[in-house]
Amino acid sequence: MEVLKIATAGSVDDGKSTLIGRLLYDTKSMTDDKLEAIERTSKQKGYDYLDFSLATDGLVAEREQGITIDVAHIYFSTPSKSYIIADTPGHVEYTRNMVTGASTSQASIILIDARKGVIEQTHRHFFINNLLRIKDVIVAINKMDLVDFSEETYNKIKADFEELMKKRDYQDQNITFIPVSALKGDNVVNASEKTPWYKGQTLLEHLEELDQKDIYNTGTPRFPVQYVIRPKTDDFHDFRGFAGKVYGGELSVGDEVVVLPSMTRSTIKDIYFYNKQYKTAPRRSSVTITLEDEVNVSRGDMLVKANDLPTIDKQLTATISWMDSASFTPGGKYTLQHGVNKVLAKVDAIEHKIHPDYSGIEENVTSLQMNDIAKVRLRLNKPIFYDRFKDHRTNGSFIIIDSRTNTTAGVGFIE
Amino acid sequence: MSTLAEEIKKPEILNGVERPTANALEHEAIYIIREVAAQFEKPVLLFSGGKDSITLVRLAQKAFWPAKIPFPLMHIDTGHNFPETIEFRDRLVEELGVELIVRNVQDSIDEGKVVEETGKYASRNMLQTTTLLDAIEEFKFDACIGGARRDEEKARAKERIFSVRDDFGQWDEKNQRPELFDMLNGEIEIGQNVRVFPISNWTELDVWSYIQKEQIEIPSIYFAHKRNTFLRDGLIWSAEDDVVFRADDEQVEERMVRFRTVGDMSCTAAVESHADTIDKVVAEIRDSRISERGARIDDKRSEAAMEKRKQQGYF
Repeated sequence: MEVLKIATAGSVDDGKSTLIGRLLYDTKSMTDDKLEAIERTSKQKGYDYLDFSLATDGLVAEREQGITIDVAHIYFSTPSKSYIIADTPGHVEYTRNMVTGASTSQASIILIDARKGVIEQTHRHFFINNLLRIKDVIVAINKMDLVDFSEETYNKIKADFEELMKKRDYQDQNITFIPVSALKGDNVVNASEKTPWYKGQTLLEHLEELDQKDIYNTGTPRFPVQYVIRPKTDDFHDFRGFAGKVYGGELSVGDEVVVLPSMTRSTIKDIYFYNKQYKTAPRRSSVTITLEDEVNVSRGDMLVKANDLPTIDKQLTATISWMDSASFTPGGKYTLQHGVNKVLAKVDAIEHKIHPDYSGIEENVTSLQMNDIAKVRLRLNKPIFYDRFKDHRTNGSFIIIDSRTNTTAGVGFIE
Repeated sequence: MSTLAEEIKKPEILNGVERPTANALEHEAIYIIREVAAQFEKPVLLFSGGKDSITLVRLAQKAFWPAKIPFPLMHIDTGHNFPETIEFRDRLVEELGVELIVRNVQDSIDEGKVVEETGKYASRNMLQTTTLLDAIEEFKFDACIGGARRDEEKARAKERIFSVRDDFGQWDEKNQRPELFDMLNGEIEIGQNVRVFPISNWTELDVWSYIQKEQIEIPSIYFAHKRNTFLRDGLIWSAEDDVVFRADDEQVEERMVRFRTVGDMSCTAAVESHADTIDKVVAEIRDSRISERGARIDDKRSEAAMEKRKQQGYF
């Protein structure tokens, strides 16, 4: 079954959790015991409607404060697709969570409160969706019930958003506007009778029709080696298989490949998935590859097609999103994890900070704090084999690990 | 018996294209399991005998074939397991040729580290935590692979794929590492360990569909069978096993039931079902209006039950 990961973004009280609850409820993905729990709690709180946000706000602290504080994953399915929603909070201080949720998603829902229209938060949400090159973005104009399902209001918000779209860097992004009321269920799963002026699809209809080609950015095949399989049994005495996941494109038996960083050439002999041999390893498959020649390959090396080499360099410029409470400073030393490959990195310079609301850049920055986004230059102790993020979402990104605390402190998108 | 080498078939033709099936969740899980073997020195797979850990074993087989699974399995035995589960476990381990470590909650009780609960809702489920943490320390495991899924419970929905635990096995939900793209950061300090959840993104239906497609053998109690049972709090309990407390006024009746999860017998209720084959089970789950953990009394203790258990080091 096809799996679609969706990131959601909205400000506090935009009704994001309610929208998710509505999707679960109307697709009948909410089970009776969960529904009963929601009915019970809604009643206790004195609501005259069902508070679907209770379905997603999981942690005790969240229930106490009535807010979502981390990325939560919610699952529902239709007969044709499995959906995973990364529910990320929308307040200013949680840029890091939005970036995290968006990094694994192929589609995204930006919520706008119809009474408030496009606000500064909307700029930030769109900026992050654009920075992460999410291919399909749905702008859900919510709480339409509170503006009498006004077409004029909808059009005004749409026009404002289209103005914002002119600033975007990633032009191929597909953007769809839908007027909804998550609380009442209009145009979420079922088409609304209250918006006769709206001829488009409901939110779910749109998601259902998204095709693989609509949601994946493709590039050239890259095969980072995760693990070398050497069984050393009688039956497989000389077996040396390179285990990994194929990114960007596909690899086939007979393809001429180059092993990085050694630059050794060879040819793909066999492709295994478990105990079967295949002719082709498609994009995002976890396979085991053997080569015709005895080549020295270890974890962190990469197999690429001989006619399509990535950049091999010890220096790079990248946009980074900083996620740690400890600040990022020039001269600082970190571990850089690029795919499964780890190298040491030194910060050469912070070129400028980028305001994630399209309001411009800030130069002469001496350090970065949590939730800052900036263009930086890094120097590495060993070369990595990368593509630009705009050409290859996987091979153009990396994470920064603070070597003192081991925490994941930031993420970078290579220019 | 044929050797594994003989089992390699020539390319299987799928829809006229010679490539493996595109089960994104399966490829993701295999990637995660390989990261564990590569990034950690002493990983272990926590095996309960339930369907989720059985699925993990199959995924681990796929990840390393034709080599054996490069880490042991460990079972934290509450002593209250369904006998079918234990028989099944021992058979599977023998077939795989991997090492099985068993640590018993009874030993933790005998050593005075934990105290057996008493009364109507007595369960050893909570006691497992101590035994697990002791075993992690005994073997110096730095990564424990488990079959938890985010769709099981609200607190699980926020769990990372690589979830770092401190010396006390505690989960600090407010201080979790962000996980971006496919990149998994397994860097830890001495004394810390990582709980790894390769099937985080699977739903109950995904697991059952996978067992169906892969024709994986599972313990018989997952299928509908006749059993002496009694009702309590609207749930069906086994009356055939001594460890399940039954009051004199709770009447025994034979019912056609199956189990949706196979945790500790004392906290796992059955559901009425006629699904006696895997196909019927998949169909039943597809139509089910009750969540899987709805039959787990341990979660009903309070709304925040799971979150509290996890902070204490529960799986």
